[in-house]
Amino acid sequence: MTTAPAATPSPAAGPSSQVAVGGTAAAPDPRGGASRRRPRAAGWLAVLPLIVFVLVVFGLPAFAILTNAFKTSAGDPGGQRWTTDNLSQSVHGAYLTALWGSVKLSALTAALGVLLGLPLAHAVVTSRFRALREGVLAASGVLANFGGVPLAFAFVATLGNSGELTRLLNLGAHGWSLYSFTGLTLVYLYFLVPLMVLAITPALDGLRTQWREAAQNNGATTLQYWLHVALPVLAPSLLGGFVLLFGSAFAAYATAAAIVGSSVPLITLQIANALSGNVLVGQGNVALALSLDMIVIAGVVMALYIPLQRRSARWLH
Amino acid sequence: MAALTSPTAAGRPPKPAGRRRPRVWRGIVGIVAAVYFLGPMAFSVLFTVNVPGEGLTLSSYRGIFGAEGFGSSLRLTLELAAATIAVTMLLLVPALIAVRLSAPRLRVLVEVLCSLPLVVPAVALTAGISSVLQWGPDDFADTPLFEIFNSAQNPGFPVVLLLAYVLMALPLAYRTLDAGLRALDLTTLVEAARNCGANWPRTVVQVILPNLRGALLNTAFLTLALVLGEYTVASILGYRPFAVWIVSIGGSDAQMSVSVSVLSLVLTWALLVLLATAGRGRSARPARRTRDSAATAPHTVQETS
Repeated sequence: MTTAPAATPSPAAGPSSQVAVGGTAAAPDPRGGASRRRPRAAGWLAVLPLIVFVLVVFGLPAFAILTNAFKTSAGDPGGQRWTTDNLSQSVHGAYLTALWGSVKLSALTAALGVLLGLPLAHAVVTSRFRALREGVLAASGVLANFGGVPLAFAFVATLGNSGELTRLLNLGAHGWSLYSFTGLTLVYLYFLVPLMVLAITPALDGLRTQWREAAQNNGATTLQYWLHVALPVLAPSLLGGFVLLFGSAFAAYATAAAIVGSSVPLITLQIANALSGNVLVGQGNVALALSLDMIVIAGVVMALYIPLQRRSARWLH
Repeated sequence: MAALTSPTAAGRPPKPAGRRRPRVWRGIVGIVAAVYFLGPMAFSVLFTVNVPGEGLTLSSYRGIFGAEGFGSSLRLTLELAAATIAVTMLLLVPALIAVRLSAPRLRVLVEVLCSLPLVVPAVALTAGISSVLQWGPDDFADTPLFEIFNSAQNPGFPVVLLLAYVLMALPLAYRTLDAGLRALDLTTLVEAARNCGANWPRTVVQVILPNLRGALLNTAFLTLALVLGEYTVASILGYRPFAVWIVSIGGSDAQMSVSVSVLSLVLTWALLVLLATAGRGRSARPARRTRDSAATAPHTVQETS
């Protein structure tokens, strides 16, 4: 492929191309108004497939969740009726426990992820070695998307019942179990901390050295600098990072499913169980109601995240 | 990777006393991070070669290729990955170029469309999809739509998975491509190409896409990583791509499932390295000088302006 743009200018276009390149905005379009309209229509045409795709592939399932969550199951003897039973079932009993378990796990891991990700990101950002920085950021990109089956098996091999470290240190005798709330917390941090590093690095880059120097010149200690300058500036990004991590942990399914099966109550595991009819047949619409609960929580999380991100973006430029 | 932090910190030239503590601090952070992030990887490798009673052996790796279902599940995943990358690019690249060039008012719409999948967790999306797939037999049994529903669920190549994966790839792909496009002066490039007599397809293929190479490669890699590791949608809908296969053999042969995990990880890292070397020449970002100038104080004033 030719990488140089416009390698061979045709002689005829010479002068006009210079005008266009020199003053793109100011130069009057020689082709007049008619051809200006065409690109706009072409623009719509180019965006149209994306719109149609999202409307169908996202819209149909969303519509199905919204309607069927409020209906009795199709095989019901009395025919399909509108009902709020599914929704009330989804916030009672075992389902409520699972919902609460998910919220607790996500909040705890997100908080830990923020606390651990910040020093790591700071150490990387303030390093003078570009290669280290690029390397850690690239690794974070991989690890942040590494949630799922390989991650689960890496931890099972390390800290599971017959894992290498468990056997080596005889952790089982000390009451260690990977297949628990604590175990899952440890595993989740493996992809949440890198995610935090990715999320906070731009904000840390935005911390100007001059601010630190100004604080030092005014006699501030490192602690004072962090408390009164750096953390207030970083606060929106840290909160935004927390929200992002929370959402990510809340939606995680594969890791938990591959490690604990269903011994830790989590909402994602309950939905999968209800869908595959492992618990009771005909729970499909309860699964949809549970999904609706999840979407509401994830929606609130996103609604918090976007303004926080906008606010923190102010410091980046 | 993070293991490099400690030698880095130790090898720095001496500095005034006030700045020494952060170096120690950085070393500790680096070591803890290295242990936590490299530990599980190292122990998984050890787990696969250390068979109790047999000593160190590579037998679990040798068994992989002959294992039942390995070839078919890997092929399905790679096909899905290729199709997902192609569809994502075909949907996003023209839309994003158009938004930049001629329809800036659509920008918010495109951003919202591409961020929507973030609100619906994969499990919830799967619940919705399986509910929609129920409509096939329930409501459209006698119509041509039923055929479409059926062929979308063909286990040989489940289009429904492809659609779900493209949807799940949209947010990341959008951000990566948008960042790549932002770094280009697209209007100037296009006007230059057009004034030189290039038609639209040629402008896009020979001018815009080569300049976007870094972002395109990144998008392809992220999408590939997503499809390679995707378990949620496929397992609940009952298909058997690679990740689902790994879990299913994990029940009978834990060692082999860990070896396959290790292999898939090595594959992902190899792809990343390939991507980094391929993208290096093009996607060189403007160097950040704020940090580097910290050592040379006189420059810092100019940097603020």
